Amino acid sequence: MATAEVIPLTLPPLPEGWNAEKDFKILGTLSNATQRNIEPVGPHFLAHARRKRHRRTFSEDERIQAQERVKKVEEEEDNEISEPEDPIMLSRDAKDWKGQDHYAVLGLSKYRYRATPEQIKRAHRKKVLRHHPDKKAASGQDDENDNFFKCIQKATEILLDPAKRRQFDSVDEAANVDPPSKKQLSKGNFYKLWNPVFESEARFSKIQFVPMLGDESSSKEEVEAFYNFWYNFDSWRSFEYQDEDVPDDNENRDQKRHIERKNANARRKKKTEDTARLRRLVDDALAVDERIKKFRKEERAGKDKRRLEKEAEAKRLAGEKEKARLEEERLKKESEETAKAEREQNKKAKEAAKNAAKKNKRVLKSSVKDVNYFSKSGEASAAQVDAVLDDVELIMNKISNEELASLATRLTGMDKDAAAIKTIYATAARKLIEEGKLREAEIKTFF
Amino acid sequence: MSEGPAVNAAEWFAIGISFGNSNSSIAYTGPDGKAEVIANEEGDRQIPSILSYVDGEEFHGTQAKLQLIRNPRDTVAYFRDYLGKDYTSIDPTPCHQSAHPQQSDSAVAFSIHDANDEGPSSITVSEITTRHLRRLKQSASDFLGKAVNAAVITVPTNSSAAQRGALISSAKRAGIEVLQLVHEPVAELMAYDARPETVVVDKLVVVADLGGTRSDASVIASRGGMYTILATAHDYELGGANLDQIIIDHFAKEFMKKHQIDPRENERGLAKLKLEGEATKKALSLGTNATLNIESLTNGIDFSSTINRTRYELLAGKVFSQFTNLIEQAVKKAGLDVLDINEVCGLSQAVHCYTRKTHESQVILSGGSSHTPKLASRLQSIFPVTTKILAPSTFPTALNPSDLAARGAAIQASLIQEFDKEDIEQSIHPMVTVTPHLSNAIGVRLLSPSVLGESSPDFQPLIDVETALPARRVTQYRVSNTGGDVLVRVCEGVREIKTIKPIPKPKEDTNGGETDADSELESDEEEEEIRQIVWNESRPIAEIALKDVKSGSKVEVVVNINSDLGLQVTARAIGSRGGVRFAVDAPNVTSDGSI
Repeated sequence: MATAEVIPLTLPPLPEGWNAEKDFKILGTLSNATQRNIEPVGPHFLAHARRKRHRRTFSEDERIQAQERVKKVEEEEDNEISEPEDPIMLSRDAKDWKGQDHYAVLGLSKYRYRATPEQIKRAHRKKVLRHHPDKKAASGQDDENDNFFKCIQKATEILLDPAKRRQFDSVDEAANVDPPSKKQLSKGNFYKLWNPVFESEARFSKIQFVPMLGDESSSKEEVEAFYNFWYNFDSWRSFEYQDEDVPDDNENRDQKRHIERKNANARRKKKTEDTARLRRLVDDALAVDERIKKFRKEERAGKDKRRLEKEAEAKRLAGEKEKARLEEERLKKESEETAKAEREQNKKAKEAAKNAAKKNKRVLKSSVKDVNYFSKSGEASAAQVDAVLDDVELIMNKISNEELASLATRLTGMDKDAAAIKTIYATAARKLIEEGKLREAEIKTFF
Repeated sequence: MSEGPAVNAAEWFAIGISFGNSNSSIAYTGPDGKAEVIANEEGDRQIPSILSYVDGEEFHGTQAKLQLIRNPRDTVAYFRDYLGKDYTSIDPTPCHQSAHPQQSDSAVAFSIHDANDEGPSSITVSEITTRHLRRLKQSASDFLGKAVNAAVITVPTNSSAAQRGALISSAKRAGIEVLQLVHEPVAELMAYDARPETVVVDKLVVVADLGGTRSDASVIASRGGMYTILATAHDYELGGANLDQIIIDHFAKEFMKKHQIDPRENERGLAKLKLEGEATKKALSLGTNATLNIESLTNGIDFSSTINRTRYELLAGKVFSQFTNLIEQAVKKAGLDVLDINEVCGLSQAVHCYTRKTHESQVILSGGSSHTPKLASRLQSIFPVTTKILAPSTFPTALNPSDLAARGAAIQASLIQEFDKEDIEQSIHPMVTVTPHLSNAIGVRLLSPSVLGESSPDFQPLIDVETALPARRVTQYRVSNTGGDVLVRVCEGVREIKTIKPIPKPKEDTNGGETDADSELESDEEEEEIRQIVWNESRPIAEIALKDVKSGSKVEVVVNINSDLGLQVTARAIGSRGGVRFAVDAPNVTSDGSI
């Protein structure tokens, strides 16, 4: 509320006899205020909050705000273009406008293709103020033909026309950044050296928001997007600016057409060369890009890892199989061995049993022989011998080995007691008869 | 707030959201500084705050509103007022024809089928709010082509801290950072004040927000562009729904006369009537006739009928006087008289009032019901002629009352979005917002210009009552044609209502609003006494003598009041050097502790 409100009412005249020191009288103070919440809304509240928080009074706040506004304007002024002028440039011939650096003429060589139309206009004005022919004339340093002034006018004309400016920017060598040499790159600094190159090349892109080189921490996708973009670069760069002048006299039409054709060919050639150049440039960058190597390595490492894992797995499986096979073999062998041992043992036992049986048989045979084949007197007759032996043989063949053994033991204990031996045989025979293995009739001698 | 944007201020892209019980709106501030209300994908600027679920698909806004007929149980409406409230303290009546609120822990929830082939799930009201805000955010982002991540949201003046907290956390879950919650009436007033043609003047404004299911009226003092709410009045039973009901009843009776069936007994019939009745009501705000067409209202009978505005106004007279009573009640609560009000902001269904010559008055009507022409004309008859009733039918350049809150919020959003969250919080801290306000107007004694006769005041306020301190005002006064010495007497003044020509009962006219209610208004008015504001000097502060002032020149008086009530006055004749400058000390701290 800094503006005054005008109230169309009249102040009263001073009453007679009013008198006070310094022309004012204090009669009282304000009545108490009520505390209320103001709504924290609106621009005036923001001003109030600013005053309250920074403890400013109205006039202080106004002053500070005003200063802030002033500062902004000054900063803009500071951006003003001021470059030293090259004396060689000042003495240029205006006719050779194709060869001149329009940005340098206007003092914008720091900005080049980045200069805004606003900046160009301001630069033009500034240069004109300094180099106007009338001024030069006044100061006595007369430049015949006003050459530099014409240069300024031409530069402005070109740079303020978007089409012409593009043509000039296309061939603006000074804005190009040379790709780094191998020697430079050998010291490292890949990103620092290549970034400016791509930044300057990016100005030719028809698509804006050109992906940039990034740094070592860029992801694989970013790097891939970068190279994809640059390999498919869509450039507006053209080379009309370097055209040979077409004679515009109407006399020699053939000559004119010839030159036009020549120009078109030259443009096409240059364009092709430029595309190839850019491609080479990206190739070069790609070749030394550590990240590509890193990604490849990572990929390979990943692949190797997978392969190794696979191999290890196969190895492990084979090992297991082998182990299982060996185990199986071992088990088989073991069982064979046990079987063999058993067989041998059986054989031995059998043989032993056989031997024992043989021995027992001998015992049996000798037992009857010892008692003289049960003959009561002297030598037993051949028939007697045969009959007894037949019977013994019969019993021997009919009883099992175990019984044979027990029979033999019993018989050895009898010590040539014919009667006892006979009884023993008789019991054995009776037993066999009971078991049905023998008929009574077959035994002739023991009963 | 601190100078310039903070360095690490997050990149907010903020919009203004007015989140109402019936409708919500979203607005943004364009680069030209003008707030624009955003239409959602269906082209609605008033987006019904309704969500509906059909076979797992979510409908929002108008689409969801149509589902109230076919799918009322899976349609959630009127949920705003339940947010952050206890189940025991809510009034479920508005949800009678949609999903019913249920208790879940202590909060309110709705049991709806929100996913395909699943049983009903219980969705809390804060989740519903999140979904609603997410849809609003999506609409705004689609419209602006840039992801919205912050907002200023309007809340009723009487919302509790719990409700605000719940709203902020719901918004956060929807991906919206609430930069600030703004009171609805203040946002609505700001929508008017932010118009480039508006000059900052001291004014008293009544903002009447006549919504769909509730109505609020607030009296706001605007002093030097800063707003102080002096009083508020709320009515939770009064709103556009009452007007709808009148239309529904009217047509239902008509239908019964023809077919002997009450369409209100059928749930679907009632829902259809309600939807179409609302549209008819809106049409009546624009034209003098409106038709209602409902196919298969009940028992397959189609219904078509018309109603004219006079009939409607006659039927709705009672509801209109309820609205006006609410406004008068707020004015009375602020300890003011209708004569004090300079501006009535009428709102979506709303009103805006405003007073005094230099310090004017407004009534702002906001809210959907404020489109009703009769409501604005009723208010016109209550408030003095000088009071602006800012409603579409009475004020040609009035903004759409339904958009006001969202616009105001968008303006605030554009003002603060460049600041840090912390910075904003510090600035809305009570340390900053609680300020002393003048309890009496401060002014200068002036000569009564004889032309205006006896009615012109002796005392002319310079700084109005309820001005937030510190304050500074600059005023210029005329000097009599003879010139010479003049006296500037600075004093406090009080306002009195003087009644001239008190015919039968001098003090009875305060209830003027009620007498109009029977709609035979014009006849009484001639007999009404003239009431006017008279300023009386109550307490002298200081006197200054300016000597030898040239005739016809002007005297500029600058009054600066500090927050401790210290006072600096400078008086000088324009064009002359020097002048008189003096300071009056702050009064001593009084017994009640206030300064």
